[in-house]
This record gives sequence, structure tokens and C-alpha cells, in this order.
Amino acid sequence: MSRSDYEVIIGLEVHAELSTKTKIFCSCPTEFGGAPNTHICPICTAMPGTLPVLNEKVVEYAVKAGLATNCEISRNSKNDRKNYYYPDLPKSYQISQFDKPLCEHGYVEIDTENGKKKIRLTRIHIEEDAGKLNHDDFGGGSLVDLNRAGVPLIEIVSEPDLRSAEEVEAYMRKLKSILEYIEVSDCKMQEGSLRADVNVSVKRKTDTKLGTRTEMKNMNSFRSIVRAIEYEVERQIDIIEDGGKIDQETLRWDDVSGKTFSMRDKEDAQDYRYFPEPDLVAIKLSEEYIQNIKNTLPELPESRKQRYLEQYNLSEKDANIITSSKYLSDLFESAITICNNPKAVNNWIISDISRILNETETEPIAIPFDGKQLGQLVVLIDKGTISSSIGKKVLEELFENPRNPEDIIKEKGWIQISDEGAIKEVVTKILEANPQSIADFKAGKDRALGFLVGQAMKETKGKANPKMLNEMFLKELKGI
Amino acid sequence: MDITELTVHELQEKLKNKELTITEITKAYIDRINEKEKDVDAFVTILTEEALEETKNLQKKVDNGEITGNFAGIPIGIKDNICTKGIKTTCSSKMLENFVSPYNATVMEKINSENLINLGKLNMDEFAMGGSTEYSYFKKTKNPWNLKKVPGGSSGGSAAAVAANMVPWALGSDTGGSIRQPASFCGVVGLKPTYGLVSRYGLVAFASSLDQIGSITKDVRDCAMLLNIIAGYDEKDTTSEDMPKKDYTECLKNDVKGLKIGVPKEFFGEGINEEVKTRLEKIIEEYKNMGAEIEEFSLDIAQYALATYYIIACAEASSNLGRFDGIRYGYRTPEFTNLKELYKKSRSEGFGEEVKRRIILGTYVLSSGYYDAYYKKAQQVRTLVMNEFSKAFEKYDVILTPTAPTGAFDIGEKSNNPLEMYLADICTVSVNIAGLPAISIPVGLNSEGMPVGMQLIGNRFKEETILNVAYTMEQKLKFREKYKPEFK
Repeated sequence: MSRSDYEVIIGLEVHAELSTKTKIFCSCPTEFGGAPNTHICPICTAMPGTLPVLNEKVVEYAVKAGLATNCEISRNSKNDRKNYYYPDLPKSYQISQFDKPLCEHGYVEIDTENGKKKIRLTRIHIEEDAGKLNHDDFGGGSLVDLNRAGVPLIEIVSEPDLRSAEEVEAYMRKLKSILEYIEVSDCKMQEGSLRADVNVSVKRKTDTKLGTRTEMKNMNSFRSIVRAIEYEVERQIDIIEDGGKIDQETLRWDDVSGKTFSMRDKEDAQDYRYFPEPDLVAIKLSEEYIQNIKNTLPELPESRKQRYLEQYNLSEKDANIITSSKYLSDLFESAITICNNPKAVNNWIISDISRILNETETEPIAIPFDGKQLGQLVVLIDKGTISSSIGKKVLEELFENPRNPEDIIKEKGWIQISDEGAIKEVVTKILEANPQSIADFKAGKDRALGFLVGQAMKETKGKANPKMLNEMFLKELKGI
Repeated sequence: MDITELTVHELQEKLKNKELTITEITKAYIDRINEKEKDVDAFVTILTEEALEETKNLQKKVDNGEITGNFAGIPIGIKDNICTKGIKTTCSSKMLENFVSPYNATVMEKINSENLINLGKLNMDEFAMGGSTEYSYFKKTKNPWNLKKVPGGSSGGSAAAVAANMVPWALGSDTGGSIRQPASFCGVVGLKPTYGLVSRYGLVAFASSLDQIGSITKDVRDCAMLLNIIAGYDEKDTTSEDMPKKDYTECLKNDVKGLKIGVPKEFFGEGINEEVKTRLEKIIEEYKNMGAEIEEFSLDIAQYALATYYIIACAEASSNLGRFDGIRYGYRTPEFTNLKELYKKSRSEGFGEEVKRRIILGTYVLSSGYYDAYYKKAQQVRTLVMNEFSKAFEKYDVILTPTAPTGAFDIGEKSNNPLEMYLADICTVSVNIAGLPAISIPVGLNSEGMPVGMQLIGNRFKEETILNVAYTMEQKLKFREKYKPEFK
């Protein structure tokens, strides 16, 4: 059978670190980095006798995420213990949520080739992150860093509604943009603050029963996720085509070899012995509390996109790109308040800014300049102070060392020559040097004008006002 | 005058009248510890040197009026599962033999802010699991009334130290009877407060939903005073209750007229020693004579309390004790080749038999496939137990039962028979399951010359009621005046 006879079924468990200032059960900072074991206290190192106190912000952020993804918010929720032994888990249990998560039955919409598609969310629950093991290059063995232990997470579990790597990427991007918009997570994938466990299975389209799934843990880049899924789908189909059986197992994706590897065998199947966390009281949320959070929800990407289509006449494609990231969208909105030229700002973001982000593998959150500076750049072009080709150089400068564009062009001597006398001087000089072009022009070859303007731009290092040059050449040529 | 014979309120009186100084008090206790500890073995860590030094500083401050508190310079003993900054907290386990807590339990902060003098950390069953203090890794504490007998447990060191006058009072912890049963065995007063009245922050957890710190004292007034110090909401323990502070000595009215006392017949049935029954029946008669209304009733559900207790307590313990993994603190096996072996050997070597037994039991009842049959069912029964008690408290102000089915038993008599040891908790566990307050006071001696205890159970946060009912009987019986431990 061919590949197209198979259906791919994918479900995701996405972990997002919440951007609260303090950890979920103690008052240690959540800040990334820091020397090992400097953001710790008796509670997050599980000293005997310590007790957790639930950070209320964590509940608020999780409820926000639930509301932004169309979930039902549980009025009566609780924490549970998930028991397992690992050196990065100091209590030997993770405080999570088992049968009463904070949010349930939501969905997000993604754009696919065949139009919009709803991806259902089973649940969103709160839990604590574990610490980190560092291999000790000097002494051998491993060292435990508990800075991350107790950093709050939400786990967003989807139904197995995804059918391809492309849909998974669209879904992840959508979730990321929503979490950024509501400002509950900074979603920095390189730092692991957004990561996904991907469950993949395949079945013949004619089969009604789902296939056996495998799980790839802790994926933290879109590229790896797409590659891993494509690889895993091929692998599973090959096994089935060869008459084999898929083992239900946890896999590790290796980016270098581009393959998945088995992480643990079935013998070690974990029994987490979930039970209600007796050290914490139930989480009871009032209607008023939930309504208050609802009232603070900002405009979400879908609604911003609609506004951009109607208000600014952006194309669907452009509006999608800009609203996919809160940072891009904020940049856009802030820039147009300065220059009142949405089309131009749109073009800068879609073409040059996106290109630079791609080339440098930078996420929008890391754009070093602000919307005001971008807006000023557009103003300078609109006023004719600089040409758009100088504009590109200014943009590169903004990425390098962000400052006021006006200062940049002054400093670099990039101000456009718009003085009639100066333009005339250049035109005269170029005409004197190119008698053949004059003759060509007179003979009706219009291309000669372009050549002359080009020469003049070269002479002025691109600073001459192209429109004025054009007009001046025409006038002078007619007079000859 | 033997200073160590005095209750804390008597000591306060004498300090106030300048008949005594705090230095004299501390010295008297140090002498007493030096004399009796070798017989009783109540301490894991003795802090006499430190106590002397602290008393010196404190005496100066008291003399120049810097400190005027009622409790400044009063000694105390602390059960060794309550975290004390800079002092070992061992839980009487090899696992924590050299563990020094980096922080103080909330109750220790309270004790310290009242300028009490900590004389030492008291022996217990390892991780508070046991009813005789024989499961301590370090030593077996003896009952001051008869050195061949156990002091009860798990707060056996606390109860024995108070009974032996080595400390005027002590802190214990009670998960299924660990304050009341040793208080009963040692002829002293023990109170397990309502779950949530005293912060658990810094109490090394055995079973989180059942553990509660409480007082072990010479008499009921001291018990109320110590409760005054330790009770109160703590933002570090979200299961503690936020409510106005009370003075628990104000309820001691020496009057029970018109009070309704319920006597559940199940607590006087099979398994309860005849002598204990007879003794308690006499006490019930006394209460009647004092004008209390006594009524027998049925607390049928109580027969399931013991099984329920051991399932819930062990389940929580199996999770709570997971942190003792040899990674960050505590015992680590000297040799291992991989992570699994590090865990396995550290925990096998660091924990004693009883602790391991309960971890295994707890792990089992939480395992997939067994959870519903054991843990879930136990939680359902727990709700029924709570409901039954609630119903009873619609009719009665207090419930009266024996504290333990027998007096203190011989050392070695039950230590190899876990089931029989568990049965010693039969009268006390349902109180923890329901989260209620209960007090044990001595009401006489049995034919072996060992104390018999009475338990009074109150409704949630009705400590005042049981303290008054206990106080009234204490005033009548004058047990402390009549009987003293003989260290035979």
C-alpha cells in the first residue's frame, strides 16, 4: 500500500512555563539562568517538614490560558501527587493535577489547506517543573541543579485531532501566540519554556481502530517537531508494511542523526500512584473571580487579524504572519501610531524584518528595536529624507545597535540629497561624462535615462533623491 | 522543694514571687536529666550545655527587665521530628542520624519567641511509626513507672521525659494516637489538637492529612498554656485554620454540670482490658455525680477506623518518605554502581523494618489496580467516620473513651507482632481520621501499678470543652498528688 492509504493521528501535550515572578509553591525567583542552586530554599529542595503554598498567580495565569482557549473553568479543582523517583525531583513526587484539572474541554482554531480546523483541548492543568541534571565533566557523575525545580508549568493536552506535521506546527504556533498575547508565558523555546510531548500513531484509512502510539518527549523547536513527526510516521508505516507491530514506547528524537530512539523499555512502565495532595486545600474559584479574569483578557490574535484585514486592508497572508506573534503585532501597532502608514510598516515586517529573523534564527521577542524606531524609519522615507535602499541599511543598523533612525542617518551621512543645486551639479557631471547616452536618448532609446540615473546614484552613493534626479535628467536632456 | 516536681504554672508563680530564678530551674532540670536519663533513655540529643548558656543570657535580660514574658526561661523538650535550626532532627532514624535542619519549624519559632529553653530532642518511634518507641534506631525509652515497660509511642520520649520530671513539658506529634497513647502509658496529660489548629510547617511529615503537633504536660492547665503558645494560623501551612486567637486557660471552670457526655459502646467492647473498662466506668459515675449527663451510644463505624487509618497513613507516608533518597541529605549508601542501586541501598539501609513495612503497604494501596479497592475506599470510609462523629456531636459535648485498650506493655512484648502493635491504636485513630481534638489524662493505676488513661474527644476546634471536662476530673482525682513513678 502507498503512504496515502494511511492516516496519521497526532495528539500533543504542550508544557509552557508560566512567567510568574516566583515559583509555584515557594517564593524563590523563577528567573532563567543563574549559578546552579542559587534560586532555591528549604521548600523547593524538599527539606523534611516543609510544606507547599500555592502561588495564586499560577492559578490566575492558568485560568487565563483556559479562557483564551475556550475551555470550561473548573470551579472546584485540586492538586495531586505524581510519584516517581529521579534526582531532579526533590520530593520524589511532582505536585500536578490528576482528575480535576483547572480547565477542560477547550479548542483552538488553526488554518489548514482546507480552511479552518478546530483542535480540541482535553484539559489544561497546573504543575511544577523539575530541576536539571548537569553532567560533571571533572568529577564524573551528575550534579543536580534545583533552580528550575518548582517553576510553574501549565500542561495543555490536545485531543488526537492533528493529522500532519504541518497541522502540528500550525497548532503549536497558534498556542504560542495565544500564550504570548495573554502574557502568561514568554514561550522561549530555546530555554525550554515551551516544549511538547508528541504522540504519533498511524492507521490504514480503512481501519476503524486507532494504531499503537509512540511518544516523543520534550521537543522544543518547530523544526525538530516537524522533522521528528515526518520521520516517525515513515518509520511506523514501514514497520506495518513489513508486517510488523508498533511498540507503545517513549522515544527520544535526535536532531543530529534525524532519527528517534527508544528511551525506556516497557518493563519500566511507570505507575505514578497519583493521589490527592494532602498538604494543599482544594482550589475553589468563584464566578466573580473567573469573570474578573475574563474581563482582563487582551485582544487575541484572531480578533487582531480581523481588524487588520478591515481597518488596514492587509492581505490575509500578511495579517496571519504579523498576528502570529504578539511581539510582531505590537511592533506593527506601535510603528503605525508614529508614521500612520500601515502598508509600509506591513511591508517592512513581512519582507526585511522577517528575512533577518529567519537568517539569524531569532524569535520576534528578541527584536532589539521598538515600534517607535520602526515608525520613524518609515517617516524618514515618506518625507524623502532617505531613500528606501538607505532605509534597508538603517534597518540593519537597528538590528545591530538600536537607536533613533535620525541619529543613524546623520551619523552615517546617509541623508538624501534633495537640494536642486546639488542634484543639478551631479546631473551635469554625469551628462558630460556620457555623450553616447545622450545620443541614445535622442535616438529614442528610453533605457538611456535609466542608465544615467543609475550612474548618478552611484556617484552619490545612493543618497540622491531618485525622483528629483529623474526629473532633472529629463529637463536637461530636452534642453540639449 | 523539688523544682522538677512543679508544673509550669507553679514555676511561673514562684518566678513571679521571686522564690525561684530561671537559672535555678534550668540547673534543677539538668541535674534531674543527669540523674534519670540513664534509666529512661528519653533523649536523642541532650542540650544541657546549650540550655545553661542560654539561661545565663536570659537571666541577665530578665534581671534588667529586657524580657518580661510569662514563659521566659521555662524549659521544654521537643520531639525529634520537629525541625530545629542548627540542632539535629533525626526522627530517631539512621536515615537522618546526622541531619541538621536549615530552618525552624513554625512551632519552634513560637517557642523561641517566648524564650523557652530547649533541653533536648526526644526519642520516638522512627518517623513516628509505632506505639512503643521501640522502633527508634538509637535506643529504647523506658517507662518511668516501670523500666521494663514501654512508654508508648510514638512520642514515647516526650511522655517519659515529662513523667520522669526531666522536662516540665514537651511537644509531641500525633498521627494516630502518638501523643495520647504514650501520655496514657506514662500517666501524664497529652492533647492532640484539631487538625489545622497548630501549624505542621517543620514537622517531618508522616501522614500529612493526619499529623498534628500537640502538648504533653504534667497537668491540664499546663496543657492549655502550651496550646496557647503553639496554636494559630500559619501562612506556611495552608491546611492550618485562620481564626481568632484564644486563651485556652480561660475555659478551665472545674464544672461539668449539664454537659452531655457520650460513651460509645464500641470502645468498651472486645479487645479492651477489663481493668481499663472498670476504671473508666468509675470515672463515668464520677461525672454523673458532678452533674454531667451521660449517655451510651453506638459509633458503629469505629470498627473500620483502624483499617482505614493504616491505609491512608501508609499511603501518605509512602509518598512523604520518598524524599529520603540519599541524593540531597540524609543517609547515602557508601557503595553503588548506578542510580537505581543508590536509591535501593540507601533506603534499604537507612530505614528500619517498621518504616519499610509501611512504605511497602502504602505503595501497594496506591498502585494502579488496587487504588480503588484500598485508598479510595478508605477515603470513603473516612467521610463516613467524619459524618458519624458530626452526628454524635449534635447530641454530645464530648465523647469519652479509654485512651488505650491496656496499660503499658512490656518491652519486647509486641515489637515482633505488628498487628498486635497496631491494635494498641484502636481507641485513638478514629480521632485523627475525623480531624478532631482529643485529650488523654491519667485516671488511675491498674493492678500492675501502671497508669490508665481516659480519652475525651471534642468537636472540631472545641478544645476548650475537652480541656474543661478533663480539668474537672483532674481536680477531683488528684492523680499527681497520689501517685508518682517509681523507676522500678
